[in-house]
Amino acid sequence: MRILSLAGRRLAASIPTLFLILIGVFLLLQLAPGDTVDAMMAQMGGGDAATARELRRFYGLDVSVPVQLANYLWRLVRLDLGFSAIYGKPVAAVILERLPPTLLLMTSALSFAFFFGLLFGVIAARSVNRWPDTLISTVGLIFYATPSFWFGLMAIVVFSIYLQWLPAGGFEDIGAVSTGVWRVLDIASHLVLPSLTLGLIFLAIYLRIMRASMLEVLNLDFVRTARAKGLDETRIVTRHVLRNALLPMVTLIGLQAGTMLGGSVVVETVFSLPGLGRLAYESVVQRDLNTLLGIVFVSALLVILVNFVTDLLYARLDPRITAES
Amino acid sequence: MSATATILTVDRLSVRLPKGADRPHAISEVSLSIAENEIVCIVGESGSGKSMMANTIMRLLPDGVTTDGGRILFAGHDLCTATAAEMRRIRGADIAMVFQEPMTALNPLRTIGDQIGEVLDIHTDLSKAEIRSRVLSLLTDVNIPDPPRAAKAYPHELSGGQRQRAMIAMALALDPKLLIADEPTTALDVTTQAQILKLIRELQQRRKTAVLFITHDFGVVAEIADRVVVMQHGVVVEHGPAMDVLRHPQHAYTKQLIAAVPPVAAPPPRPLSDNAILTLSGVVKTYRTGGFLGRGERVTHAVKDVSLTLPKGATLGIVGESGSGKSTLARCIIRLIDPDAGSILLNGQDWARLSRGDIRERTQQMQMVFQDPFASLNPRRKAVELVAQGPIVHGTPRNQALAEARELFDLVGLDPSAADRFPHEFSGGQRQRIGLARALALRPAVLVADEPVSALDVSVQAQVLKLLTDLRERLGLSIIFITHDLRVAAQICDLVAVMKDGVVVEHGLTRDVFGSPQHPYTQALLEAIPGGDFARTAHG
Amino acid sequence: MDAAKRYFRSPAAVLGLILLLIVVGMAISAGYLYPRDPLALAGRPLIWPFANPRFLLGTDNSGRDIAAQIFHGARISLLIGGVATLIAVTIGIMVGALAGYYGGWIDNILMRITEAFQTLPNFVLLLVLVAVFGSTLTTVTIAVGIVSWPAPARLTRAEFLSLRSREFVQAGRTLGMRDTQLILREILPNALPPVIVYAGVVMAVAILLESALAFLRLSDANVASWGNLIGLGRDVLRVQWYVSAIPGVAILTTVLAVSLVGQGLNDALNPRLKQR
Repeated sequence: MRILSLAGRRLAASIPTLFLILIGVFLLLQLAPGDTVDAMMAQMGGGDAATARELRRFYGLDVSVPVQLANYLWRLVRLDLGFSAIYGKPVAAVILERLPPTLLLMTSALSFAFFFGLLFGVIAARSVNRWPDTLISTVGLIFYATPSFWFGLMAIVVFSIYLQWLPAGGFEDIGAVSTGVWRVLDIASHLVLPSLTLGLIFLAIYLRIMRASMLEVLNLDFVRTARAKGLDETRIVTRHVLRNALLPMVTLIGLQAGTMLGGSVVVETVFSLPGLGRLAYESVVQRDLNTLLGIVFVSALLVILVNFVTDLLYARLDPRITAES
Repeated sequence: MSATATILTVDRLSVRLPKGADRPHAISEVSLSIAENEIVCIVGESGSGKSMMANTIMRLLPDGVTTDGGRILFAGHDLCTATAAEMRRIRGADIAMVFQEPMTALNPLRTIGDQIGEVLDIHTDLSKAEIRSRVLSLLTDVNIPDPPRAAKAYPHELSGGQRQRAMIAMALALDPKLLIADEPTTALDVTTQAQILKLIRELQQRRKTAVLFITHDFGVVAEIADRVVVMQHGVVVEHGPAMDVLRHPQHAYTKQLIAAVPPVAAPPPRPLSDNAILTLSGVVKTYRTGGFLGRGERVTHAVKDVSLTLPKGATLGIVGESGSGKSTLARCIIRLIDPDAGSILLNGQDWARLSRGDIRERTQQMQMVFQDPFASLNPRRKAVELVAQGPIVHGTPRNQALAEARELFDLVGLDPSAADRFPHEFSGGQRQRIGLARALALRPAVLVADEPVSALDVSVQAQVLKLLTDLRERLGLSIIFITHDLRVAAQICDLVAVMKDGVVVEHGLTRDVFGSPQHPYTQALLEAIPGGDFARTAHG
Repeated sequence: MDAAKRYFRSPAAVLGLILLLIVVGMAISAGYLYPRDPLALAGRPLIWPFANPRFLLGTDNSGRDIAAQIFHGARISLLIGGVATLIAVTIGIMVGALAGYYGGWIDNILMRITEAFQTLPNFVLLLVLVAVFGSTLTTVTIAVGIVSWPAPARLTRAEFLSLRSREFVQAGRTLGMRDTQLILREILPNALPPVIVYAGVVMAVAILLESALAFLRLSDANVASWGNLIGLGRDVLRVQWYVSAIPGVAILTTVLAVSLVGQGLNDALNPRLKQR
């Protein structure tokens, strides 16, 4: 219960942050050359000034910036993200359509990175300065330095073009009308390469943090106590070191949530996944500022949500956290 | 001591340090033995190799450190040649260990009961329920209040003394033949220390356990030891029955260590001036933490209505245990912390009400010496620059300030030719002298010294205290001396104030307060000083 | 001196330094080896590497020399990476120092802003900035710098928080030092080493961010950038995959070099950690 109230308080504290972001980005977008109406007019192949004036009044763009901002925030409170002129639909509907692939991609990339980061981090720490450690650390460094979009392209060359094991892009096969298990498997096969691509750099980060954190915890006094009790090394790691060493990893998930969401922009573009990241890219190219602002809102919300979950997780792992404040 | 079986024999044991250490061997050719139902103390200062002895017996040496000749005979086996699996069976079951810092020695993420039960779990076939009941009875044995609650508690939910009790319960879970206690009371307050020492003594007598007790404090030795082994630089310099060594020390080093725990009796009183240089009245400092709009707020009354007077040229000791508010009070006096109420009159000016800018201009009048000789000097500045900093800030030309700083090195007993070194090239005692020189460079009238000798080895403590008393005479300093150590206070203070929970419970002339304490807390503190009786009987 | 010795004792750190020197050498020599505009038409399109001695690394879809683009691209990557890192670390140190030293409401406000920057995915913010201010070399560099400052700010703040209560800082205060003196002369020199080491990470990320932006064709199209080339090669990925592969190796090498040097510096400056 105390854990929940603690995490709840953190959640409440992030509301001002959310508004800060929205106000900041809203004002920033006012500086953009041309507004939504300009973009629409360009798409329609031009039009006269009267039509533009009419459209501006319709979209509430004819009033002063502070009033526009107030109107925007008021609509936001009612979860109305405005209308996308490019897609001809409410922004909320456009985003909602694009959300599932991104969520799936992030979850699978995060699980992949976390699991293998943990595993290899532990192995490296247990064999510190011997060859498994050197190998894992070296590969980790190379992964860290690899641009994800390039890795994605190379993976397509190898696995889709030459070996033809996995699809080169898309979220599912549109041609084959499949249902149930087959559809799940189809989507899964489409997500393998994107997840690897997105997760790669995080795998490198997690394994490095896990290794450092393990080594640090192994040096702590209570590990010596455990040895003095007569525990063997395996039990020392599983019973005493692992949970303590996990704490910085959990913190990192929260801190990296934004980076991961940002990374999905590139990965979704490489693999033509119809997700939020690709939508962000498209709306920049098409100057669909309403949609862009909506994406900013939703992605900030997602990051806050991930942080809420990691707060809960951290508090479950560390009994000291509920004692504070 | 009746003739009993020998439990552990250490025979000409040497331990080699890795290349690049300050000496080749941590321990050279050390021999000792411990019999059943006996407490043997290894005494020494930092670097004596005493803790390395404990780790060697447990075979818990750090990487790169190896035994280099000699034997450790335990129950007929040489532990030096035992396999890793054999050692694991012995650790925790036959030989158990208690460490210095009970907070870090316990896993913060697991409950006390779980961690004690783990010993039983790995060494016995007891069922979960049996383990649970054994844990409760162990916690009862070590007199933890409310054992069922303590078993479910996490380490941070217990006090330092309770944590150490839990550690002892864990160590004694399987009735080990030998208990190794590595400075188990050093991190504790003096009253808690007395309780833990009493507990170890009682449990040892009840269970006839052999105890190897490692300490730097001859007061503790007098309190608990049957036999003593004095170590210096990895070599045994003296050993024998505790009373013999304490009363008739042979080796110069032993004598020095014993001299560092003088009786808690004030030196002959000095005449005190009638003029007060510093007067505190009604000083209050309250901390508010957490809380949102007044809900769940935690209020700590760190200093509650303290009024004290420091006569010109006198030394006023403020003594108390951790959390008593003595350090907060010191920081209020020097205005590192802003007090909430009260006045601090220095030369007729109220420091409690001066603005930050005014304080900055008046810092020549009052200076501070800090506790930690490592943290209190900026590691990136040469010693002479550190000392010259204050005068430079106050407008002395740089060259002149540096020249004067070199002169101060002589005053505090440092070699002026070392002035261009960086802090890490000095020992702890020398650093504390640099800190003192830095404070004195501004020629203050009042010196606030916050535990200035607590982080130092006992023999170094004595030297720094002597320097402080010399300087007090020569420079006419008035000193506020904060300490948790009543022995230290007795040596240097003309007046003492005893603090508890932010309140001064008793104050007056040192001789009166320590000679005939009125407040029960003062009595308890004096009672708790380890080896207090020894000091009185041995010296006089 | 000890630090230099420790640095050169680590093979990984030395390798990083060599790689970095190679990349810097490429950037410097680009003007001499390939004096022509690297984006100008040079020959037949899509010549495979090593097939024609004139184009050692082949040509891209529109017949531009890949080797020339790689050499000139080194300039762009190092320039953008370096300047953006400078911007990020400068902002980060200022924000972190003020927040960590003063605490209270200053800390509260500055950390709220930092949190806002970290809550918004950095690449999304980068897209917004580029959408608003366009994608010239200057705007992209500044934009990458702006999205990268929160991490160094947090690091500086943490250092300041722990150093602020250190006794030597309190001693400085009791000597009568002003806040500016305490911040600049007492705390900053002690807080700086980890932040400077961290600059290696910031630079690595900055180079990756720019290349991703260029890959999406949202960076300056008028300069030879590795990311641009990878994006271009995507159109011919099925057969002429080398157009994308070669610049990717260049990015990987540069980022690896920067990370290795950063890590080597870290180990050299914090010898305690190295023993683990």
